[in-house]
Amino acid sequence: MSALYFPELGQYALTLALMFAFLQAVVPTIGVFRRDDVLQWYAKPLCVGQALATIAGFLILAICFVLDDFSVAYVANHSNSLLPWYYKVSAVWGGHEGSLLLWILMLTLWSLAVAFNAKSLPQDMLARVLAVMGMIGVGFFLFMLLTSNPFERVLPTIPKDGVDLNPLLQDFGLIIHPPMLYMGYVGFSVAFAFAIAALWSGRLDAAWAKWSRPWTNMAWACLTLGIALGSWWAYYELGWGGWWFWDPVENASLLPWLMGTALIHSLAVTEKRGIFKSWTLLLAIFAFSLSLLGTFLVRSGVLTSVHAFATDPERGVFILLLLGVFVGGALLLYALRVPEVSGQISFSGSSRESFLLLNNLLLVAATSTVLLGTLAPLLVDAMGAGKISVGPPYFNLMFVPLAIGLMLLMGIGAAARWKNTPWSSFNKKLWWTLLVTAVLGLVFPFLYGDGFNIWVSLGIWVSAWVFAATGVDVWDKTNRSSGRWQGWVSTSRSYKGMVLAHLGVAMTALGVTVVANYAVEKDIRLSPGQSVKVAEYRVDLVEVTAMRGANFVADQGHIRMYRDDHLVATLNPQKRKYLVQRNVMTEADIDVGLFKDLYVSLGEPLENGAWAVRVHIKPMVRWLWLGAIFMAWGGGLALMDARYRARKPKLLQAGLVTQVAQ
Amino acid sequence: MTPKRKQRLFIIVFGLLCGSGALGLVLYGLSENINFFYAPMEIADGKVPYNTYVRAGGLVVQGSVERADDSLQVRFKITDGAAEIPVVYDGILPDLFQEGQGIVAEGKWLENNLFNASTIIAKHDETYMPPEVADALKRAHKEGKANLESARY
Repeated sequence: MSALYFPELGQYALTLALMFAFLQAVVPTIGVFRRDDVLQWYAKPLCVGQALATIAGFLILAICFVLDDFSVAYVANHSNSLLPWYYKVSAVWGGHEGSLLLWILMLTLWSLAVAFNAKSLPQDMLARVLAVMGMIGVGFFLFMLLTSNPFERVLPTIPKDGVDLNPLLQDFGLIIHPPMLYMGYVGFSVAFAFAIAALWSGRLDAAWAKWSRPWTNMAWACLTLGIALGSWWAYYELGWGGWWFWDPVENASLLPWLMGTALIHSLAVTEKRGIFKSWTLLLAIFAFSLSLLGTFLVRSGVLTSVHAFATDPERGVFILLLLGVFVGGALLLYALRVPEVSGQISFSGSSRESFLLLNNLLLVAATSTVLLGTLAPLLVDAMGAGKISVGPPYFNLMFVPLAIGLMLLMGIGAAARWKNTPWSSFNKKLWWTLLVTAVLGLVFPFLYGDGFNIWVSLGIWVSAWVFAATGVDVWDKTNRSSGRWQGWVSTSRSYKGMVLAHLGVAMTALGVTVVANYAVEKDIRLSPGQSVKVAEYRVDLVEVTAMRGANFVADQGHIRMYRDDHLVATLNPQKRKYLVQRNVMTEADIDVGLFKDLYVSLGEPLENGAWAVRVHIKPMVRWLWLGAIFMAWGGGLALMDARYRARKPKLLQAGLVTQVAQ
Repeated sequence: MTPKRKQRLFIIVFGLLCGSGALGLVLYGLSENINFFYAPMEIADGKVPYNTYVRAGGLVVQGSVERADDSLQVRFKITDGAAEIPVVYDGILPDLFQEGQGIVAEGKWLENNLFNASTIIAKHDETYMPPEVADALKRAHKEGKANLESARY
């Protein structure tokens, strides 16, 4: 039993954090309007106070979990004394209240990081940025404390034991997936705050793009990893072997990612060339709005989803309100300020600017189609026209062609120069590459599969094209007398990051193409001692034995897979029964391979000791997530570019000082 | 009109044309891939077109689950309290599929009055009720046809 006052202490910490957030929103704002340096200066210490109080609240909740304080309703509903300690800790974000606290914790950590790392930022800008972050904090603290308090007590009858964490969440993937995803989601609040600060101050020069670019890259990299972790988790834990369902909750994370991808490219143009300013601002507002929308969709339970948990519609209304205030306010400010922005810098139809503009248009189009498909059930229901769902075919139909277009442009865009790149000046190798990879795409389905398939051809073509075009570009840009390796080393980190991220996209696309078209998925009935042929494999069920884990009992299948009479894998999938919630859970067993996964899970027991067994052969499924790792790595590398680390760029500083002085 | 204005007008008209074209395509794609949800009551009343991909949802009727002994085929009934609909499914049921539990089946209503499901969705969490199913139960209840004291909401 924990000390009796712990939950109250946690409650106190969170209330204190709300006060700090409120002051962080108000004091620097007054400072900005009064041009009072002291009040502006307060932004930073207030931010530190908010972060410390939030961290304290979060830790206290974790301690309540570890000490099994079931007088706290949230702990009682999401934990159990039998739960291993690490799942007790991860159970902190296993439910609505705690994941909201995690959301806010991420927000304060991002604010703290901005406060301490934005040394090139003039004080009045930092004050504005932190004030905006404070406002977001106030909104979410109010939401948490008014509708979803994690420290609410069950008094006076304290439950003897908790109802346990949902077994699906008792998994390593779920320990790290939500924090990573939230770090990405919430990270876009920084880009948002910078955009609002820029609009507020009216200083819409390229400097704000430079300030917000590393933060946006960082958030984007985290979100990329977060989405990949979610997909990986769904693949091995849900027991269906699927890696993407176009489910509303998945779409909710994909939407800000797509918009964020557009944003990081548009920021590049704004920083380098000083154009697309108003467009970039709009993207920054939208990226965070979609993060908020995602939070709303996931937390309100308005949509049927494979990921949906019990939810409360009252909370949905509150988030919708927050969404309205932040998005509406931001767009209003945008509408008032943006006409003042104008940039007259010309660029030709075949320049890097044009290709990035097309990239943005395609990404925004992709975002819109996914958004429409995700919200259509809500809209139709609101109009009283019945309950509908939008199936994966819609998303595939819309998304795949746009993705193909994006990838075709990717190779050319990366090779194009700023301002103007006559078609004749592109490396001839590039056009040959386009042709050769197209032939490769046409031939591939005959070699790998058993006949022509247009989608395979297109997928292979664009993946190979991005690989090859990126290679050609690297080849061109590393041509130094001191050798290619030296040439590569001397390229900027931004460039290396872009190369890695683009290769990552190609890897993911390759994985998707192959696994979506050539996976073998069979549900079979197997008795012990029986064997069944699945594709080129023979599947033997040797026996099914009983076993016991910490908080579950399980039937464990012993399955051997042979290929040409050679044993290739011994797999032990489990059917678990969790003792507290009486939930049945499938634990798949996977023989992991870079080029092929063998995936086996147990269905239900049938008569006479037979079992329903799910056998999947998934070629190249790992490339999906490997590609995401490369993308995130690229994003991380780009933000470490030397020019963002220069603490006080002298010219910029001098320029801003004179501006402030006026 | 000055040439500059003319150019702007052209860009706007061109943009509008492209935009509305794209929107049209998207709406067409959407309309082709929408699956309507039907409650057992509506299916029993013959409101569902045959052989069209739809979703149906309700509670799995207690004692109605029957398995074939040589394949993975399973038959069961779903109800909203007002009507019961037979469902046939070939494959592995989700872990949280249980008698009395709310589920959503995706598939086609066949002429022999059998719902041939290609996907069965049950939820992560047993206290969760798919919103469509909850709504179907409420509607059936409102029409005074429901008889579902044992249902687990």
